[in-house]
Amino acid sequence: MTRKRSVALRTAWRLLAFLRPFIPQIVVTVLLGGIMIVANMLLLSMASYLIAGAAIVTMIVLLSIPITIVRLMGLVRASARYGERLLSHNVTFRLLAHIRVAVYRRLAPLAPARLLQLRSGDLLARLVSDVDELQNLYLRVVAPVLVAVLVTIVTYWLFAVFDPALALIAVAFLVISGLALPLLALRLTRGLGREQLALRGRVNVHIVESLQGMSDLLAYGQATRRREELAAWEKRLDRLQRRLAVAGGLQEGLQELLTGLAVWSILVLAIPLAVSAQINRVYLGFLAMLMLAAFEAITPLAQAFGQLGHSLAAGERLFRIIDMPPTVSDPPQPRALPASSSLELAFEGVQFRYEEQGQQRTLTDISFRVPAGARVAIVGPSGAGKSTLLRLVLRFWDPQAGRILLDGQDLRSFALADLRRLMGVVTQDTYLFNDTIRGNLLLAAPSATEEQLWRALALAQLDDFVRQLPAGLDTWVGEQGLKLSGGERQRLAIARALLKDAPILLLDEVTAHLDRLTEQALLEALNTLMEGRTTLLVTHRLLNMERMDEILVLDEGRIVERGRHEQLLARDGLYRRLWEVQNALLPLA
Amino acid sequence: MEKQILRECRAVRWPLALSVLAGLLALLATVGQMALLSWIVAQVFLGRAGLRQVAAALVALLVTICLRAGLVWLREFWARRAGSRVKSEMRQRLFAHLLRLGPLFVRDERSGELVATLNEGCERLETYVARYLPQTVWSLVIPLLLLAIMWPLDHLSVLLLLITGPVIPILMIAVGSYSQKHIQRQWTTLARLSAHFLDTIQGLVTLHLFGRSGAQEARVARLSEEYRRRTLKVLRYAFLSGAVLEFMTMLAIGLIAVFLGVRLINREIPFVQAFLVLLLVPEFYRPLRELGTHYHAGMEGRVAAKRIFEILATEPAVNEPATTPSPLPVAPLTITCEHVTCRYAGSERPALQNLTFTLPAGSCTALVGRSGAGKSTLVNLLLRFIEIESGAILVNGLPLDRLPADLWREYVALVPQRPYLFSGSIRDNLRLARPEASDDEIESAAELAGAASFIRELPRGYDTEVGEQGLRLSAGQLQRLAVARAFLKQAPLLILDEPTSSLDPESETLLREALTRLRRERTVLVIAHRINTVAAADQVLVLDGGRLVEVGEPAALLEQPTSAYAQLMTARMRGAGALPGKEAEAL
Ligand SMILES: Nc1ncnc2c1ncn2[C@@H]1O[C@H](COP(=O)(O)OP(=O)(O)OP(=O)(O)O)[C@@H](O)[C@H]1O
Ligand SMILES: Nc1ncnc2c1ncn2[C@@H]1O[C@H](COP(=O)(O)OP(=O)(O)OP(=O)(O)O)[C@@H](O)[C@H]1O
Ligand SMILES: [Mg+2]
Repeated sequence: MTRKRSVALRTAWRLLAFLRPFIPQIVVTVLLGGIMIVANMLLLSMASYLIAGAAIVTMIVLLSIPITIVRLMGLVRASARYGERLLSHNVTFRLLAHIRVAVYRRLAPLAPARLLQLRSGDLLARLVSDVDELQNLYLRVVAPVLVAVLVTIVTYWLFAVFDPALALIAVAFLVISGLALPLLALRLTRGLGREQLALRGRVNVHIVESLQGMSDLLAYGQATRRREELAAWEKRLDRLQRRLAVAGGLQEGLQELLTGLAVWSILVLAIPLAVSAQINRVYLGFLAMLMLAAFEAITPLAQAFGQLGHSLAAGERLFRIIDMPPTVSDPPQPRALPASSSLELAFEGVQFRYEEQGQQRTLTDISFRVPAGARVAIVGPSGAGKSTLLRLVLRFWDPQAGRILLDGQDLRSFALADLRRLMGVVTQDTYLFNDTIRGNLLLAAPSATEEQLWRALALAQLDDFVRQLPAGLDTWVGEQGLKLSGGERQRLAIARALLKDAPILLLDEVTAHLDRLTEQALLEALNTLMEGRTTLLVTHRLLNMERMDEILVLDEGRIVERGRHEQLLARDGLYRRLWEVQNALLPLA
Repeated sequence: MEKQILRECRAVRWPLALSVLAGLLALLATVGQMALLSWIVAQVFLGRAGLRQVAAALVALLVTICLRAGLVWLREFWARRAGSRVKSEMRQRLFAHLLRLGPLFVRDERSGELVATLNEGCERLETYVARYLPQTVWSLVIPLLLLAIMWPLDHLSVLLLLITGPVIPILMIAVGSYSQKHIQRQWTTLARLSAHFLDTIQGLVTLHLFGRSGAQEARVARLSEEYRRRTLKVLRYAFLSGAVLEFMTMLAIGLIAVFLGVRLINREIPFVQAFLVLLLVPEFYRPLRELGTHYHAGMEGRVAAKRIFEILATEPAVNEPATTPSPLPVAPLTITCEHVTCRYAGSERPALQNLTFTLPAGSCTALVGRSGAGKSTLVNLLLRFIEIESGAILVNGLPLDRLPADLWREYVALVPQRPYLFSGSIRDNLRLARPEASDDEIESAAELAGAASFIRELPRGYDTEVGEQGLRLSAGQLQRLAVARAFLKQAPLLILDEPTSSLDPESETLLREALTRLRRERTVLVIAHRINTVAAADQVLVLDGGRLVEVGEPAALLEQPTSAYAQLMTARMRGAGALPGKEAEAL
């Protein structure tokens, strides 16, 4: 438990550290806030002094000072309030925007290796709702606490003018409700914040997955169950909120009680003083009003502290991302990239396993060389580790043993961004953004001309399709590109990769969703494109294999056969078997 | 809007009413408290009374203070309950409606935006109901109540309040209608931000591949900045109106104090009454001021509610019949399409045109065609994700649109082109098809789909977590799981949309054999581009540009070199001289 508390303290501290550049603004906010509340105190107390005075004097001139104060305070308070609100919100929202970007900056390098542990719905909740949750800390805790301190001091001073005992009582009540109540609120809601935020993340995951997997859900008649699951989450949230409501109501009620008691005690204390003429009876109403108005600084604290648990939990969730080390990172002094004519890729005794996999290796003893400008195909049964191999080349993961070399240098000595700039990649599960066809293409080359776009589309065999669309390149592809057919999506991803015009090509099952005619045309186009580029091609489709400089046959993470197409066919191994199975049903015309 | 919300969620009526009532009672307690306070002060001040003389009143004051504290507790508690109930209920309702709208609706929207509506939107609704709604009632009732109470005390002050009071709501309405469009924009920006984040998170790998994650950071910064700007713009109006309100309040208090003072000097009013009036004046403004502070939250809630009701008002694309027909079709199923035409919303060209064919019971039909021919569209049609524009689909003679979609989908097992696995274990994902399936059944379905071997090799077997969207599996493994899931369902109609696209030839052959075995008891429709999957079929349908161009038996069609089917399956470029002989002939 103490550990948890120290975590919370550390989180609070780190969150507060974000405020450092804004210290002057915060000072001004606090001053304005203090002025606003003191103005109200003066107004109300002066007004009651005014009428009390009026009840005993007979000439209005004697009251001119209170009248002026009363008049002035309205203006002072209104402008102080406006300034304070504007400034504090300005600082806070600037900060939130800054935090969002900061979290994104740390999040991006975590993909994909680390992000597999997190779910996108939960991440979304962190980036949107959790960041918003920090509002409470910056807006309703930091400055208001300081304002409350300020107002307490002013109140003490004002009461001390009349009587030190009164001043002590007044301050005692302010301190109790300013300290004890917020702490109580914090205690009552402790843990609830963390739980609620975790639940919210969970609900978000549920929603995101349900929306994106809706075809599967509906096809399997799971709509009702999904609804019930959401209802179950909601029920848990509801229980939590019930407790929060009890606590929230309690603290509001106690706040009212303390305010009332404070005024009451001041009265009880001041009456004997007034009777014994230690203070003028005229000031009785004045003192009561002063006390009442001073509470304006204290009242919001309890509620803010009731929410503080949420803010801290949100902070913790954000820091979990910020503190997560990426699996791969840039070297301290990245090497300059080799010339594009010498991009030789080589694997040297590479061993790899995904973290979750325990002892089992995904890749064992992989050694091969792709000379600059050569083409190597990787084939083998599903799950053999082909895509994993490409991921290693891209440095999404690093091998546990062995090295991958580019032009004789370890991949790890280059900057990640530089390295990936060299590679034109089509992954197996293509991702399209919810944007236009053009927007998706421009991702690869933001300054590409219209002509270049069409050329890339033509190479990917998609130009005819795009041309017949009413909106052409500006057609919206929908969520994850799902308004296109599977083959169209794949070809758009290919066009995007080709547009990048990179010297190394990594192609993973590029024709999986294409019909044979399109596939054939595409392979022809790719054939000319591979000319002079170092190419790694992963495929189940043993087509045009004779054009490959080498074929690696991967099975269960090992290279079981290697050689050229004819050599492999001549051998009676896995490759030959796969090839025969593939062609068995075709007619021998 | 208020009415609509109250109509939609009956569950909030009681808490809301209780909260409003507690608020009103708390006001009465306040009035009592203030009356006692002014009486005590007056007694001591003018009546020269000591502690003893006012002791009873002091005790009474203490009691009212406690009473008020209790009422405030209740007021807060019920208001919060009302808020969270609205939130929870609207979220569930919205979620249910989205499921009814189906996958095609979601593809047209941005799921991140929908998530924002379900989340932030409902949360804003919560604030609206918990804070703004009761406050509007109080700001209507409490000032009037106080005026009535103050009237006997002092006519002039009441008249003054009557003149200044209405200025505030008028001001607020003016500012409100002005800031409404800014709030609308702010909401749109938030929704965009959320949509953008989701798209970015899920596409991070792609962004890395194109070296765009840095550029994306700039975009995130721009959107966050825009959100900040819009929020502040909205708030600026709220603050300005708040400041004006504050000024009015202070002015009125000052004015009334001076007026009271003047009349006190002239002894036209007793002190105790004057003091009480002074104490009550801030209470007169308090609900209005608070309405001012919650006004902007209220507006936000309204904007969110507008979006929520907009989605709720969207009609599902497919018509649901009012009644369930009887008798229901029984397996085996024969599916007949008669002159079916369909079109995606917003596109001019029909995706399918005038299709007529039959899927006979107990047989396997293969659907082939070039990419974009409309194969998956036919699947969407058969699953009732989109509506037929004209023509009819008959199931054992019964028009499909006479069956409720949920009921019909129980007859169908589907392997979509892009299967989705949910985060959870392999077993959970398979069970999706049949929650009550035993482990044996799961394993034999996996066996049949060729998935059992790799699952066994996974360190935790069937309990392995697959990750969101099955990202921890290889593409072929994911596909085989999707097939296993479909097999497990044992539905009379089995539809497989490219079930072998990521499989190696051997796994593909395994699957073909499984289909050969399965088709005896089922009606099977399989879409594929590869002959190894298609060849087992009893008939093939060839689609081109949304039209059916060829129907026949695969082996027979393959014999005719001119048939569309043969071309699709054996396409081979001319000039293949450099290839080894057998392959050149074979392909
Ligand atoms: N992120 C991951 N975490 C853990 N295991 C993984 C992950 N990705 C893949 N694997 C496992 O690693 C093995 C190799 O996967 P990989 O994707 O490289 O196969 P593949 O040869 O490309 O197969 P396919 O032809 O089906 O695409 C598989 O057994 C898979 O379950
Ligand atoms: N939601 C949608 N809204 C508008 N148009 C769509 C939508 N989904 C698909 N289309 C279009 O309808 C046509 C047919 O798509 P469909 O997915 O049925 O093709 P397909 O035959 O399955 O192709 P593939 O073999 O590439 O998967 C395509 O041109 C596609 O762009
Ligand atoms: Mg793969």
